[in-house]
Amino acid sequence: MSSLTARFGPGLGGTILLLVGLWLIGMVLAPNLMMLDFSLRPNLMPNQIGTEADRYTLANFIALFSDSVHRAIFFKTVWASALVTLTTLVVTYPLAFWLAKIATPRGMALALVALIIPFWINEVLRTLAWYILLAFNGPLNAVLLGLGIIAEPVRWFGDFGVLAGMVYAYILFMLFPIYNSISTLETAQIEAARNLGASTVRIHRRIVIPHAKAGIATGCVFTFMLAAGSYVAPALLGSPGSRWFTEIIYNWFFEGGNWNRGAAYALVLLVLCMLVVLAALRVFRVNLADVAK
Amino acid sequence: MTMALEAPVAARLNTPKGGLATIAELLPRIIFAIYMILFFTYLFLPLAVMTAATFNTSKFPTVTPWLGTTLQWFDALWADQAMWMALRLSVLIGTCVIAIALPIGTAAALFLTSLEGRARTFFYAVMVSPLLTPGVAIGIATLILWRQAGVGGGLWLIILAQSSFIAAYVMLMVIARLQRFDRTLEEAAIGLGASRWMVFRRILLPYLKPSLLAAMLIAFLQSFENYNTTLFVRGTETPLTVFIATKVRTGLTPAVNALGLILIVLTIVAAVALELSKRSRAAKPA
Repeated sequence: MSSLTARFGPGLGGTILLLVGLWLIGMVLAPNLMMLDFSLRPNLMPNQIGTEADRYTLANFIALFSDSVHRAIFFKTVWASALVTLTTLVVTYPLAFWLAKIATPRGMALALVALIIPFWINEVLRTLAWYILLAFNGPLNAVLLGLGIIAEPVRWFGDFGVLAGMVYAYILFMLFPIYNSISTLETAQIEAARNLGASTVRIHRRIVIPHAKAGIATGCVFTFMLAAGSYVAPALLGSPGSRWFTEIIYNWFFEGGNWNRGAAYALVLLVLCMLVVLAALRVFRVNLADVAK
Repeated sequence: MTMALEAPVAARLNTPKGGLATIAELLPRIIFAIYMILFFTYLFLPLAVMTAATFNTSKFPTVTPWLGTTLQWFDALWADQAMWMALRLSVLIGTCVIAIALPIGTAAALFLTSLEGRARTFFYAVMVSPLLTPGVAIGIATLILWRQAGVGGGLWLIILAQSSFIAAYVMLMVIARLQRFDRTLEEAAIGLGASRWMVFRRILLPYLKPSLLAAMLIAFLQSFENYNTTLFVRGTETPLTVFIATKVRTGLTPAVNALGLILIVLTIVAAVALELSKRSRAAKPA
């Protein structure tokens, strides 16, 4: 701290400290502490606040896990987000490898431009594009019917729609970290392994993937967090049978009118994402500085 | 998924050796080509359909059946007062987010560089944590805190909630450049009698300028496209993303596609500008 004032003088150094304090305390720490406090209190009428009934309780958290529908939706969101993450990884890995190691400079430049365009378009629009494509009377059904591949229109909205839309939305959060980490691998290592008789699978398992683990971890962490916290894709591309945890949280706030329970649910989602981040850091033995690039 | 490596092998097939083995060796190459075609179809098909539907007369945005080519949906968009209000609101929010997140993110980057060892690791983790937090949780936490103070959802809370994580993006972008800064420049200026403030304004800020400009653009785009956080703190306000998502329920027409198309063109222009400025900066080392 003293080096801050030594470098910038008391005025500027003080301003820097003030701004950082406002941010971390006022905009990050205080809201989260208040959310925690809220989640631990019962939902009361205004005239009951401060009375005997107003005390800390775990009821809101217990409610989540004792309500069979909410519990099922919570666990479904967790595994569906994991599925989105895994699918995204499988879909992007070959391209990331190709970009980093095989593509000619021209091919790479072309592919990067093609990839960057959808990346810049916002999530609501990307999801809307899928909404139009997958509509019951939409182009995908029309083409498949026309080709005789299906006999009747398919209801794509639901689990399939959510998966397709989410993988699409987060593909580049996975691709770029993996591409970055593979491109730092010496190509000579791959050639040496091949000359020594290693199979393609073995080269990837023993050389490329271990080298790219920081990038893979980063991509997976971001994709999982974005998928679990997504609201647009399930709302637009889902069906009553594919409800997402964020939709339940939303309903507590704006339909159920029980903010305390909503806060508890949001906190569970937050803790889940933090646990996934910590687990990924542990398993892949990478540190946060590598993740947040 | 491991077919990619086979490509160099396949390239050797052009030698006259030929023979039966070629089919077995060619297969991975074909599979990879199919994968690439599928991948880029997946990437562009939805956007192509959305764009094409803008020009279809059909009232619901689609390309099947094609009822006739038209530009009427651009006119419909032009005449949509609610859309203009939503757009104005989003621009206002984006501008205010820049005004808050840019100074905070820059201060955070400067603060981090004055720390060492464990303290630095700790504050770095705290500062990037908003990026690893689901957007809905950020919105909810902000909403709850400010309700205690009697402030409900609305413009002010949208700006605050968005700034709380966009500041982290700014911090990351500024610190990336700050790490390459030559501190001896500052010492030399001090030695020549410059004040601390003058060193900051005449040496450090000009040095950081490219990353500050890029951070402004990113901050604006992040704010402009934000939905998850905004949804919870918006009160009765309707920024553009909320406007688009609501349209799906209240009656989607290709006017929304026209809006999407315009936004796509604008974001591409912004993206190309950013990439070009990055490249020209990479060309001449700072």
